[in-house]
Amino acid sequence: MLKSNIPSGPIEQKWTKHKFDSKLINPANKRKFKIIVVGSGLAGGAAAASLAELGYQVDCFCYQDSPRRAHSIAAQGGINAAKNYRNDGDSVQRLFYDTVKGGDFRSREANVYRLAEVSNAIIDQATAQGVPFAREYGGLLDNRSFGGAQVSRTFYARGQTGQQLLICVYQALEKEIAKGGVTMHSRTEMLDLVTVDGHAKGIVVRNMVTGEISSHAADAVILATGGYGNAFYLSTNAMGCNVMAAFRAHKRGACFANPCYTQIHPTCIPVSGDYQSKLTLMSESLRNDGRIWVPKSAEDCKNAAASIADADRDYYLERKYPSFGNLAPRDIASRAAKEACDDGRGVGPSGLGVYLDFRDATKRLGESTIRARYGNLFQMYEKITGENPYETPMRIYPAVHYTMGGLWVDYNLMSNVPGLHVLGEANFSDHGANRLGASALMQGLADGYFVIPATIAPYLASQTPGSITTEHQEFKKVEEEVRERVGKMININGKRTVDSFHRELGHLLWDKCGMARDAKGLKEALAAIPGIREEFWENVRIPGSGENVNAELEKAGRVADFLEFAELLCHDAHDRKESCGGHFRSEYQFTEKSPEVKAGKTQPGEAKRDDENFSHVAAWEFKGVGKKPKLHKESLKYTAVKQTIRSYA
Amino acid sequence: MSALSCCIHSAPCRFWNSSIGKKIIVALTGIVLVGFLAGHLIGNLLIFQGEHAFNDYAHFLQTMLHGYGVWIARIFLLTSLVLHVTATIQLTIANRAARNIEYQRPATVTASASSRMMIWSGSTILAFIVFHIFHYTVRVSPELAEIGAENPHAMVIAGFSNILVSLFYLIAMTLLCSHLSHGVGSIFQTLGLRSHKTALPIDLFSRAFALFIWLGFISIPIAIMVFGFGK
Amino acid sequence: MANLNLTLKVWRQLNAQDHGRIETYDAKDIPTEASFLEMLDIVNERIVEDGGEPIHFDHDCREGICGMCSLTIDGVPHGQDRGVTVCQLHMRKFKSGDTIWIEPFRSKVFPLLRDLMVDRSALDRIVAAGGYIDIRTGAAQDANALPIEKDKAEAAFEAAACIGCAACVAACKNSSAMLFVSAKAAHLNYLPQGAPEKQKRTLAMVRQMDEEGFGNCTNQYECEAVCPKEISADNIAKLNRDYAIASFKEAVS
Repeated sequence: MLKSNIPSGPIEQKWTKHKFDSKLINPANKRKFKIIVVGSGLAGGAAAASLAELGYQVDCFCYQDSPRRAHSIAAQGGINAAKNYRNDGDSVQRLFYDTVKGGDFRSREANVYRLAEVSNAIIDQATAQGVPFAREYGGLLDNRSFGGAQVSRTFYARGQTGQQLLICVYQALEKEIAKGGVTMHSRTEMLDLVTVDGHAKGIVVRNMVTGEISSHAADAVILATGGYGNAFYLSTNAMGCNVMAAFRAHKRGACFANPCYTQIHPTCIPVSGDYQSKLTLMSESLRNDGRIWVPKSAEDCKNAAASIADADRDYYLERKYPSFGNLAPRDIASRAAKEACDDGRGVGPSGLGVYLDFRDATKRLGESTIRARYGNLFQMYEKITGENPYETPMRIYPAVHYTMGGLWVDYNLMSNVPGLHVLGEANFSDHGANRLGASALMQGLADGYFVIPATIAPYLASQTPGSITTEHQEFKKVEEEVRERVGKMININGKRTVDSFHRELGHLLWDKCGMARDAKGLKEALAAIPGIREEFWENVRIPGSGENVNAELEKAGRVADFLEFAELLCHDAHDRKESCGGHFRSEYQFTEKSPEVKAGKTQPGEAKRDDENFSHVAAWEFKGVGKKPKLHKESLKYTAVKQTIRSYA
Repeated sequence: MSALSCCIHSAPCRFWNSSIGKKIIVALTGIVLVGFLAGHLIGNLLIFQGEHAFNDYAHFLQTMLHGYGVWIARIFLLTSLVLHVTATIQLTIANRAARNIEYQRPATVTASASSRMMIWSGSTILAFIVFHIFHYTVRVSPELAEIGAENPHAMVIAGFSNILVSLFYLIAMTLLCSHLSHGVGSIFQTLGLRSHKTALPIDLFSRAFALFIWLGFISIPIAIMVFGFGK
Repeated sequence: MANLNLTLKVWRQLNAQDHGRIETYDAKDIPTEASFLEMLDIVNERIVEDGGEPIHFDHDCREGICGMCSLTIDGVPHGQDRGVTVCQLHMRKFKSGDTIWIEPFRSKVFPLLRDLMVDRSALDRIVAAGGYIDIRTGAAQDANALPIEKDKAEAAFEAAACIGCAACVAACKNSSAMLFVSAKAAHLNYLPQGAPEKQKRTLAMVRQMDEEGFGNCTNQYECEAVCPKEISADNIAKLNRDYAIASFKEAVS
């Protein structure tokens, strides 16, 4: 069922060879093909613009009021590329290796190599489009370091790299809209996928202003709809981020791969109360100069940070990972923070926080340098917490940030449903079990600008353009199902708000399937989720009608899918009986007794992978609501790198 | 029809019809009017030099370029004024139309009171200009016409001895001061010559200039009315 | 700090056809740590529980970067606090007993969709008219082949920080979009990559702005004062200059 279509040959020649071997569509014929792109972030926007440049007719959809607002915009830190402008030993090979290792040897090698290979072209492209990357006085591009790498390969635009990259993607998209190549449908949400004879041929959408439900047909469908972090209710995602498009595709036959790989970002502002609607991320770049610590003794936790002597502070990342220190990868830094707090040494009113301290960096570099580097982040922190980080250390705690899992795709980024392509965070392929900082922007743009324009042609070449229209009975059928579902939801008229269900689900997932998981907790979650779902369908209250803007209805549709998706997430977490990257099963960790610990290769408490049994992609096939999905495995073979214990010590 | 559309698509027409183009016209005509005001004031202040100086100056204006000079200046000034007034009225109408529903609870963060009443200060000044021309230039009053033909200095003294005239003059000059305090600075911004580094000096200059014009012009009626100058 | 008890005066309007009006809501027991939008979430949850329809407002990222949130609070877009979007405004800035007026971003160019949500697609059309650098994917030279003065790159960045929220339009007494248009144009006009299309871009963006029906700038700087990204009105001066030059060049060449 799962054919990864990885090209043969040495890894460094696969992409070139594949492009040469793939069928092309002649320029005159391209305009006969119509492609639907759902999502207008870095992956979707870049794909829509680039495909329109090639001559395809593109219909692009987003739920926001403008494509410029997709959540890629919130990425702060930067974008990686193997330019080696720093002469510090970087190369495509090294970026590839760091990314595979960062992903805890659970990503598809060939995809990652391609990602590293096209990374340089992304920087060239973005710069030519006018992205105002940071520069040095000589006028050339500046770099900074990011977690999980010992070279300085991250390009950045202050703390707004995502926004600057997205604006230029958006501008390219608007250019194509003006030229007529792209038809933009904003404030339009995809509610279902339409397949005809097993091929993805269109979508059913709801106009979020008028409430109109309509169908759109195309020769191929691209989903670039982001991740599912909002299943946890609180996350760094935007309020509107959801799994609906991907999950609808899953219900129509697309396999969902590795949903248990969820990334918890270490540097977020801690939760302050029940009313909280989202968590705010502080860029990982802060870890370049900030030192993370908690008091050595729990008694000190309530004392002012400044009053705690250096000898009484535990700089735990520096202690545990001397060579990477505060720049240890995200999953490791997050888990270490959790351990410290579980140990009773957390700081702040909730006890769920650790210090990120700039005292020493300020002494070393001066406040003006710190202000120049992080001024906007410090300001953001002060606005939210009311505390001045120049005077007292920041308090941070991990939060759900990015999801490595997603719809299963082959080397062409096509799912197991022919014609359905999936890009960016919505697919599973490049980050394995953990994503390194500054790699998401790289992947989104790689997929959108350089991969899909080349890899969609082989599929389209096998199709007769325009052969399926919305007149096809499948469209009528799906549209009717969607109407029925929306109508049913509105008519429940129960007692509880949509948010109350979402919060309940989120708490459950965070407790049982969050930073650390175990079989018992996951079983409890799997037992509890159907109950919440059933109550939702009996007792949710959605005021108003479907004919106007109705925010509660929009949220309800998304939460309904999270309530089904959550089970898939827990099944995957339960069945993956190992720890790797963002998936930490407390039963599977190194202990004092492990031979690897004794040999000094790792430390107690680190994630213990099981390469023998779990070196595979877990791709799940939908079998019905409430039924256990069927597992398909794509075995991961490493030829260019050797699977080793992931050590940052 | 084609002649009309040709006109509409001509470069000056497009410039006039664009938001920025029209404001640049306002700024450029503003420079002319501001320059005139400065010159006019300096001329007027000669009144304090005595009757001879003032009457000689008036004579010079009348006979400059064999008497054509004053007409060249008048036509140039009138054109500038008409453009300035037409453009600002059109801009104001467009501005009002752009917000069809007002805020129920409006607020202002930084805009000065002067900047918000430009159209009203401007209209008053326009009305004053009309009056002023009929008063001292056309001299509709037979009494002033008689004095003015021989002795402009005496005409000014006589004119300002009327309390209503002086009062209107004072109000108009005060609104002119307000108009200039925003208008002079705006010239720099509209012509693209202002930046955050020059903003403060430009604002100070704008206000100082407005104050200078105000004090200069009102000094004459006040001297006449309050201190009995020239009587 | 003790929780807050507030009175909200909120603009309610079902859709574009409906007549809008101000309605009054009690917002009791609001934590000071909550953001302004979280305060509205709390109020909305109570409205829904009481059988009413929630107050609709646009929002998404809730970290001040997507530009979706668009509330005018006590007459000031994004509220009195400087340099933040309304999602970054926190309730500790208010005190118990306050009455807060909440209205949409008002402009004829932004048709109202529901309650506090408006349609800002005019801004997208201005960008589509010329706010881009027209290069094809894949055609770029090496990024370091074109050194750019740090100052210029910084100036371009300062302009590019615009999040397209339209607070400038909402705050402007004339509902002018000059700060937005000038920032979008300046971002590209500052950079050497943007130079070949500078004249075309400037003219096209200004013309589209005029066509949309925005008001005209009268240099009152309300826009600059409320901009959550503190975009400078220097950009407007630059646009005026660039437009004059472009118009002249277009007329004579």
